[in-house]
Amino acid sequence: MIMNRLDILFAQKFNNILNIYCTAGFPKLYSTTAIMLALQQHGADIIELGIPYSDPVADGPVIQQSNMQALENGMTIELLFTQLASVKEQLHIPLILMGYINPVLQYGMENFCKAAAGSGVSGIILPDLPMYEFDKKYKGVFKKYGLHAIFLISPVTSSERIKKADELSGGFVYAVSSSSTTGSVNSRENIGGYLKRIQNMKLKNPLLIGFGIKDKESFDEAASYGAGAIIGTAFIQHIAAAVDINHATAQFISAIHGN
Amino acid sequence: MLHPDKHGYYGEFGGAFIPEMLHPNVEELRNNYLKISRSSSFKKQFSQLLKNYVGRPTPLYYAKRLSKQYNTNIYLKREDLCHTGAHKINNTIGQVLVAQQLGKKRIIAETGAGQHGVATATVCALMGLECIVYMGEKDIERQAPNVARMQMLGATVIPATSGSKTLKDATNEAIRDWINHPDDTHYIIGSVVGPHPYPDMVARFQSVISKEIKKQLKLATGKELPTHVIACVGGGSNAAGAFYHFIKEKKVQLIAVEAAGCGLDSGRSAATTQLGTPGVLHGSKSFVMQTKDGQVTEPHSISAGLDYPGIGPLHAHLYKSGRAVFMSATDEEALSAAFELSKLEGIIPALESAHALFALHKMAFKKNDVVVLCLSGRGDKDLATYIKSI
Repeated sequence: MIMNRLDILFAQKFNNILNIYCTAGFPKLYSTTAIMLALQQHGADIIELGIPYSDPVADGPVIQQSNMQALENGMTIELLFTQLASVKEQLHIPLILMGYINPVLQYGMENFCKAAAGSGVSGIILPDLPMYEFDKKYKGVFKKYGLHAIFLISPVTSSERIKKADELSGGFVYAVSSSSTTGSVNSRENIGGYLKRIQNMKLKNPLLIGFGIKDKESFDEAASYGAGAIIGTAFIQHIAAAVDINHATAQFISAIHGN
Repeated sequence: MLHPDKHGYYGEFGGAFIPEMLHPNVEELRNNYLKISRSSSFKKQFSQLLKNYVGRPTPLYYAKRLSKQYNTNIYLKREDLCHTGAHKINNTIGQVLVAQQLGKKRIIAETGAGQHGVATATVCALMGLECIVYMGEKDIERQAPNVARMQMLGATVIPATSGSKTLKDATNEAIRDWINHPDDTHYIIGSVVGPHPYPDMVARFQSVISKEIKKQLKLATGKELPTHVIACVGGGSNAAGAFYHFIKEKKVQLIAVEAAGCGLDSGRSAATTQLGTPGVLHGSKSFVMQTKDGQVTEPHSISAGLDYPGIGPLHAHLYKSGRAVFMSATDEEALSAAFELSKLEGIIPALESAHALFALHKMAFKKNDVVVLCLSGRGDKDLATYIKSI
């Protein structure tokens, strides 16, 4: 059996892991593969692709807008898998998909997992699929296709549920740094305490920290509490109007790395 | 099935499909809503407010001329006579009392036509709580009087500018607000939709409708069971309330009327059970109007209160199991039924309730049938639409 790329990455790198999120089909319908290759070339460690949805309730205005744009452009799960197939051979870093449950259910969970695994995907984040439903209905099919499920925890998540999220997740646990939709930067205070509490729980999975990270300073701060951090909104804003995607991506990553 | 299982399922529908960030809030509610609503202090406060503030019990009115027209016996459950003009306030009173018990200081709500927003703003004024109502930008334009009412009641109305800028998006914005305010805020959902325990909680607060019907019918006819109960369904709160105490009474035929908009085949409709497929929307599994790719589509109805691409999981179950009959009325049919009731009985119904009234045309009743129709709201808010048809 082929080892999951997330496991390979986390076995080799323990800090400052950079996971960059981008909505599939944004800004243009066929931008995504170019963005993926640029992210890989310029030093992102993980690529997280968002599957656009009409009602993304866990997302703030910037990612919502990118979802709308991607849907207007014509992005679908089917087309995304076709696009992923075209870069499969060139992509070596872990790829994860983030999407809301409804489009995935319409595609069919088994079909979805099968196609994802066949397209080189290592992990899946479904923010509105509760742990209970996953545990009861879908754990087996994820395992069958060698995919990790990645669950979110937030400052308001109880220790008991954090343990459950850790138990059900593979690759990493996604720690939301403030109790908020993506892109929000409210309530920065107390985040340190929350993340330290999680560190002390000695979870089996590494932690990546997300939501509200926009520059080197906030990346370094967030990453210091876990194995790394996730950037979405700031990257979407950066590439929204980019003429040269490759150049814009290089520029963004080097700013985060402080080069 | 009257109540969901402990995970919120009515058969295959329901559940709680929420982002983890909402889990503590929903869990807190799930652990406490029954305990609170069964306490004697809650029951006392709730029933007193329903009596003295809302004006309950609402009359069960024998509509003589309407009955003659359809050659049967038709009783109207006059929810239109509730304070604020619709049944919505039964639920907002119940939920605001729960919110107070949970120590919440800030209330949020979504609204389409503005009826639920007004009912929420009203109870917040009554209890001295901060109130924020999310309303689609398009709905704000077409329901200006209700926006003014909410503002006069001290609520802040925030336009939902994302997506289709209607009820669906107002609900998304309210959910996002709740994610961003995990500690001090209670979200008063206005219908039997949303993650568990909302569908059950809202149905219980609205169940006062059928509880009264039973009592009143017994007084009027000597029997507490009608042969038919008819109600309109958007999300389905007035129907849940009107059906509630009859769901287990298999002899009572339950009739739910959805909004067909410009017609079921027109592409501009809101008849979710007819046009939708199983899916997840706003936290529960139910029928959803959507594309084959699972993108939620924009519904249409002349009635803003029925203009919703989903339906409560209880109703999805009543539909799937065959316990309730689902039919639909078009915009035109609802308008004609509204004018008919106005002229025959001197009651101007809300456009939502007018959909239920049109079912009278589609049914063949017997002379001795006892038909109860839930007149969920009054038509003042719809005058601008009615004026165009005069």
